[in-house]
Amino acid sequence: MLRALLLILSVVAIAHAELCKPDAQNAFKVRISIKTALGDNAYAWDANEEYLFKAMVAFAMRRYSSKSATQISNVLLCNVTDRVSFWFVVTDSSKNVTTVPGSEVEAAIRMNRNRINNAFLLSDKTLQFLKITSTLSPPVDPPTPVWLIVFGVVLCLIVAGIVFLIVSGIQKHKKKNKEPTERENLEEKVEVTLENGIPCEALDLKAGHINGVFAADDDRFTSL
Amino acid sequence: MSQDLSATPEAPKEDGRPKWDNKFQYILSCIGFAVGLGNVWRFPYLCQIHGGGAFLIPYFIALLFEGIPLLHLELALGQCLRKGSIGAWNTISPYLGGVGSWMVSVLVSLYYNTVLTWVMWYFINSFQEPLPWSVCPLNENRTGFNEECYESTAVNYFWYRKTLNITPDIAESGTFRWWLILCLAACWAIVYLCTIRGIETTGKAIYVTAIFPYLVLTIFLIQGLTLPGATEGLIYLFTPNLNTLKNPRVWLDAATQIFFSLSLAFGGLIAFASYNPTKNDCEKDAVTVALVNSMTSLYASIPVFSVLGFKAKTAYWDCLDRNIINIINEFDLPEESIMRQNYTSWISFLNSSYPEKIAGLKLKRCELQEFLDQSVSGTGLAFIVFTQAIILMPGSQAWAILFFIMLFSLGLSSMFGNIEGVFTPLLELQIIHKPAPKELLSGIICLISFLIALCFTLGSGSYWIDIFDRYAASVPLLIIAFFEVIGVVYIYKIKRFSEDVEWMTGRKLNLFWQITWRFISPLLLLIVFMAFVILQMQKPPSYTAWNPKYEGFPMKEEKVYPPWVQAICVLLAALPGMCVPLVALFHLVKQRRRSKEPSFVLPEVSSCQGANSSFSHPKE
Repeated sequence: MLRALLLILSVVAIAHAELCKPDAQNAFKVRISIKTALGDNAYAWDANEEYLFKAMVAFAMRRYSSKSATQISNVLLCNVTDRVSFWFVVTDSSKNVTTVPGSEVEAAIRMNRNRINNAFLLSDKTLQFLKITSTLSPPVDPPTPVWLIVFGVVLCLIVAGIVFLIVSGIQKHKKKNKEPTERENLEEKVEVTLENGIPCEALDLKAGHINGVFAADDDRFTSL
Repeated sequence: MSQDLSATPEAPKEDGRPKWDNKFQYILSCIGFAVGLGNVWRFPYLCQIHGGGAFLIPYFIALLFEGIPLLHLELALGQCLRKGSIGAWNTISPYLGGVGSWMVSVLVSLYYNTVLTWVMWYFINSFQEPLPWSVCPLNENRTGFNEECYESTAVNYFWYRKTLNITPDIAESGTFRWWLILCLAACWAIVYLCTIRGIETTGKAIYVTAIFPYLVLTIFLIQGLTLPGATEGLIYLFTPNLNTLKNPRVWLDAATQIFFSLSLAFGGLIAFASYNPTKNDCEKDAVTVALVNSMTSLYASIPVFSVLGFKAKTAYWDCLDRNIINIINEFDLPEESIMRQNYTSWISFLNSSYPEKIAGLKLKRCELQEFLDQSVSGTGLAFIVFTQAIILMPGSQAWAILFFIMLFSLGLSSMFGNIEGVFTPLLELQIIHKPAPKELLSGIICLISFLIALCFTLGSGSYWIDIFDRYAASVPLLIIAFFEVIGVVYIYKIKRFSEDVEWMTGRKLNLFWQITWRFISPLLLLIVFMAFVILQMQKPPSYTAWNPKYEGFPMKEEKVYPPWVQAICVLLAALPGMCVPLVALFHLVKQRRRSKEPSFVLPEVSSCQGANSSFSHPKE
């Protein structure tokens, strides 16, 4: 009985070893760079972290295929290096000793990438699944490009400046035009006064209006 | 009543010519005109490739014997004759015909403002987080980055694709780039705003545009010196290598750099000086402006090379880091086992133990010297290299905004001089009727220039700007300056001119000026011109095109200009220069015909003092 059990276990172990090895079918390589991501707050990669990883992969598979069949024991890790990098496969317990197709695993990981990253406080770059490309998030595009707004502001300032200068120029021009016309009117008056040859002030005297000769003779004529 | 040159309100002098508010405004305008983009992106490059500190020797010799004398000549000419370039040349002798320098000013204004358009485009794009030239855009199915961007760099992609949207060949014009048209309109509107009433408005604007760049350069200096790698950059720049002085190319570059840096022969300096009172010490002004220009070049090269050193250091570290990651991933070594410091020892160990694996990794060679050697000048320096360095600095938006405002101010103050060189002669020729205000003439100039400059916003626009820069703004200026010196010294006669200068400055003309004006400067100009033309003729004119389909992409593809483009190059170079002999011929023919008439009198060459005395009485 005991021997049979040992035999089965060893077969399983060998089978598992066969399933999970570098470049095996449906196996994925993972590369983790904890120190790059966290610097001084880096944690050490140990068996507990591996357990968490298996749990996250199992979680991803469950969520993806929505059948609660995948267990933590279905996820096999192997070839863990100091880099920290390792290979993993997901076995299918319903079909004995086979691995879940790589496309399913890939789709499951992709769907839950964010959750897996956050569990380890890492990002897409520091927790790399080497064959699974991540969809890059699109850059935030504001409805109006920012540069157009800045351009609008700049243009408004310029146009305001130009309008101000032109209007002030026109106003100064009008003022200057009024002054010369006023000066011209003054000149005309002076010229009119001069043109007659006789100053107006002189013409205003009684001697101009009334002929002194005839005025003196008023007494000689008899009244009617 | 004396007639004003314009009907706009200005405190008119007896002859109605506008004048500077104060001497400082005039000096600042001349300095602003001389100090331009070339001081920032051409001088440091020349210093670097021509043996660092050793380049200063030919540079200062050229300044002494070519730059300062020619500058003094132009300022004295404008101040004495009190006319723009066309008027001044005609006054010296009708045979000279000043249209050449006016034409060059027009051509340069057209393309120079388009460079400012690019600066403005980068400026308005600097207000985003992250900076648009720091990340590559994604491709259509969002699995990776845009291919063109990925193969070159994000900075290159933003410049060639997002800004210029450049075509792979100069013959392919492409369509109008509407975003550049918007920026071009804004730039010409700014130029109109500042030059709307001639020196009355530029005089106010120059206080900002001439002084602001110095502030920003100082800020960049302080920031630049604190960056890692700055000292390497500066050492690399200034380490003198006296062997380079044996190469005549270095002397030629020094002479041309001084000449173009001082913006001589454009007519702008003559225009500026013509608004001066005649009793003004033009000798001191010339020396001041020339020295300030050269000092600015030196001062600007320090922050530029600190930043370039920083960029080289960062690129070197990136190169090392990439190699380290590749090695760690390949050998599954723990993180941070290989650091930059022990990289070389690790590499030698691994090479000896696993040479095939190392060879398979195809590691790049990382040499700091190589990164420092990547020298760029011109638009490449500002829009590719410097923008890349700015991304690496903390608070990159602020640095980008500061940098591009500084470039814009530098270019704008030079534009004032260019526009003044176009504006003043037109004003004197009275193209439009007198009652029309100055604002109208400047508006017409800006509008026509904007419409013509629209062709630089096409896909091939940047190639055309290179052509204008290389051909319209180089050889014609040398020819015009040469005729200027010959005209003043031998036609106007140096004796009369030295009397005029003595009258203006109040002291006798130094022997130094006599010697340089008579012999040294014309000779130098002739030599430089010949050397320049010979060098240009040595190889067929070619250009480098940005072609994503090229096998060597992201290297630029070297192409030869098609024949029709070469014809335009020759036209641009020859036409302004040909104006002088053509006009001389025209006047000679006219004089021959007129001299047959009995009542003919030879046109007298008016003198500086004589011209001024006729201006002191108002014309009835």
